[in-house]
Amino acid sequence: MSHAHDTTAPLEHVPTGLDNKKLMMWLFLASDCMFFGTLITTHLVYRKIYENVGVDPIHIFDIELTTASSFILLMSSLFMALAVSAIHKGSIKSFRWNLVGVIIFGSLFLAGQVYEFNHFVTHAGLTISSGTFGSTFYVMTGTHGVHVALGLLWLVSWLCYSFSPRFNAHQHAIDIETAGLYWHFVDIVWIVIFTAVYLIEYV
Amino acid sequence: MSLSTTKTAAPPKSAPHEHDSSKAARSNLGLVRPDHTTGWKDWLTTVDHKKIGAMYAIFSLAFLIVGGVEALAIRAQLAFAENNLVSAETYNQLFTMHGTTMVFLAVMPLSSAFFNFLVPLQIGARDVAFPRLNAFSLWTFVAGAIVINLSWIFQAANAFGWFTPIDGRTDIVPSAGWFGYAPLTGDQYSGIGTDFWIFGLQVLGIASVAASLNFIVTIINFRAPGLKMMRLPVFIWMTLITSFLIIFAFPPITVALGELMFDRVFGANFFRVDQGGQPILWQHLFWVFGHPEVYILILPAMGIVSEILPVFSRKPLFGYSLIVFSGAVIGFLGFAVWSHHMFTTGLGKVATAAFSLLTMAIAVPTGVKIFNWIGTLWGGRIKFSVPMVFSLGFIWMFMMGGFSGIMHSAAPADAQQQDSYFVVAHFHYVLIGGSILSLLAGIYFWLPKMVGKMWYGKLGYWVSATVVVGLNVTFFPMHFLGMIGMPRRTHTYLEGTGWQPMNLVCTVGAFILAVGIFLFLWDLIRTIRKGPPAGDDPWDGRTLEWTIPSPPPSYNFARTPIVHSRDPLWAHKHGKASLRIGSVEPDPHGIHMPSQSWFPLLASAGFFVLGLSMALKQAGVPFCGYIAIAGLGITVLGIYLWALEGPGGFHVHPEETNS
Ligand code: HEM
Ligand SMILES: [Cu+2]
Repeated sequence: MSHAHDTTAPLEHVPTGLDNKKLMMWLFLASDCMFFGTLITTHLVYRKIYENVGVDPIHIFDIELTTASSFILLMSSLFMALAVSAIHKGSIKSFRWNLVGVIIFGSLFLAGQVYEFNHFVTHAGLTISSGTFGSTFYVMTGTHGVHVALGLLWLVSWLCYSFSPRFNAHQHAIDIETAGLYWHFVDIVWIVIFTAVYLIEYV
Repeated sequence: MSLSTTKTAAPPKSAPHEHDSSKAARSNLGLVRPDHTTGWKDWLTTVDHKKIGAMYAIFSLAFLIVGGVEALAIRAQLAFAENNLVSAETYNQLFTMHGTTMVFLAVMPLSSAFFNFLVPLQIGARDVAFPRLNAFSLWTFVAGAIVINLSWIFQAANAFGWFTPIDGRTDIVPSAGWFGYAPLTGDQYSGIGTDFWIFGLQVLGIASVAASLNFIVTIINFRAPGLKMMRLPVFIWMTLITSFLIIFAFPPITVALGELMFDRVFGANFFRVDQGGQPILWQHLFWVFGHPEVYILILPAMGIVSEILPVFSRKPLFGYSLIVFSGAVIGFLGFAVWSHHMFTTGLGKVATAAFSLLTMAIAVPTGVKIFNWIGTLWGGRIKFSVPMVFSLGFIWMFMMGGFSGIMHSAAPADAQQQDSYFVVAHFHYVLIGGSILSLLAGIYFWLPKMVGKMWYGKLGYWVSATVVVGLNVTFFPMHFLGMIGMPRRTHTYLEGTGWQPMNLVCTVGAFILAVGIFLFLWDLIRTIRKGPPAGDDPWDGRTLEWTIPSPPPSYNFARTPIVHSRDPLWAHKHGKASLRIGSVEPDPHGIHMPSQSWFPLLASAGFFVLGLSMALKQAGVPFCGYIAIAGLGITVLGIYLWALEGPGGFHVHPEETNS
């Protein structure tokens, strides 16, 4: 008898047919929507005020670089989808390689963000204390970066665990799928941030 | 009580099993699991929703006393004009901590105690969906509660000269109000008290959201066969709606607190006026959370009352679907009225009118519920037991609070009431007359199930009378005090204002209320110690929890029930044979129980270290930044060990009580 879940022995009859962990992740993501929604709203509300403080985003942003790193993050989602599909098919090897793909692309994105932050601080003089723009920009994109970093930690953990004799493709597919949901969500949020923070400055 | 309609042989008890409960089980990590422990170890590692519920109740009652003492100090200070019992600074700390404690550490966790104890029992489940996560929620709540209240200890240490924050400021206890308006909470205007408040609340938020996610999954996925959504007890519905409110309302306050933290710790400018920050942003973010929060405090109470009234009216709840539906409408509209707390901030005509209308609209589903409760009583054979008396008190007192609420909803009228004692009267009627009365009703109703002991004597009636009298003597005069201009959050007032006599009445009322709570605690303790056995179904109940022994066994239901109607036990006892509660064939392996674990506690302990050291870092205590990182490390370690140990589990073989 195997207990795949940290849940009470599931009743045969699950009224919704939705796995507990997956349902939980959906709910968490709904909650996280409010979280990012609040941060993005803060930014957009303050966007009207920052002229006063003398920050000009267009001269700070490096839109080519950010576009490239956005594309990289999107591609990581593609690998994530492939990894989930592989684990459902029971092919651990393909799962691992795709997961490595997610991790590399996710790390590249994160490296891009670190570079960007560093560049903004040292060259453009934009710090967290530069008016409200600096505050909202760093806190919002930083929070997103933390989400990406946590996702990476989670996926790296699964990659390591996949070498354990306890790892069982059939049993853990649902966990990978749940992690995948999180990863895709974090990607989607970036699309919104990219639009509402970067692209909006060019219209 | 015999509920079995399907006959089965008793499960083979001697079948050897890999999770044999007789030997100490080891986790995947090779560590011995703390199963079958007793005493404090059992309480620290338990994943049993009933024990977790009991601990929520104990902690929240303890904080009710703390918050109550703070309230008495406030009232003692205001009893006389130009009084100087406590300094103005201490007074600010008292009302801030009173509000914060009562909202986050007394009423919310007491509701959570009911969620924990009742959700699995009322839906016929063995436990919540994620038992270890549930333990984590409890301990994280405790961690946050302690972080906030430790500020009193550091304040005392400061008074003795043992501890001085680096900036030399002595406001070590939070003092900017439970709503923490910017820019008062900025580092220019307040000391580390605000940091204790920020980090404590952040930790509490994690606890609330984690618990709510757990309850939603449990209610959606763990219902017994046949228990369709529209057959759920109303309490379960209200738990579900409250949990949704929590997961959607807490993110805004988390962000607001986070932004405030960045202002204070890292020099951001979210609320710094000289750098373009807007204090009004705080008000919006706080009340986007704050208004749903007041429904988070009242919906569980409405659920409790909706369970009690039908039992003692001996008839079904009137308009079940209407009550459920209006609960959901309240949940939705609750997110659309926040600016009624900001009518005097100059929102503009359109916004003010819109929020005014929406606020009036939200009173409609509230009124619908009141009419349905009255409809439930109508024509019933009413039995005035103690839980019933509290519930009737609830309807009346809550309604009074609702009336003043509607008076606030008219923006021009509210311009006169805003920040006056009239508002204080309003929210104490809804919170004490609403939430607290109903929570007391719930304790009187479900304690016999929880501990297996029955209340005895007439003390319960005295408690209800004292609490209701105390409530009215304290808060009714505040309506008038507000009308004649007494502002809230005022340390003292002048002789000539004419506010003195009524303030003295309020203070006397507060002490009456305190006597009521004291009597309640006495009744509680003597019942737990010496009450006569309660039996399975002492009130002639209607829902599943009354079908099992009191106190319930660790596995809850020896056989999972099959439900055929609303109010299943009532139908079982008094209805058609086809509506009898059935039962699922027991698993011959026995009932699977989850293993206990130390790691949720460890993860919560990490949050405690993190919260406390961040606050102390702000006071300039050396190495606290590193200790904070270590705290985070402890949490991460706890989570990894928790994931790697595996859920484990063992089987129990309940005595076959079914014939
Ligand atoms: C009929 C439904 C209700 C309406 C129309 C209503 C309306 C209002 C309004 C307009 C205010 C702002 C008053 C001001 O500051 O000038 C207010 C304050 C408040 N209400 Fe209600 N309310 C209702 C029910 C409740 C319930 C059920 C609770 C909680 C259980 C509650 C708790 C509070 C609290 C705590 C405040 C004061 C917050 C503060 O300023 O610190 N209200 N209410
Ligand atoms: Cu409100």
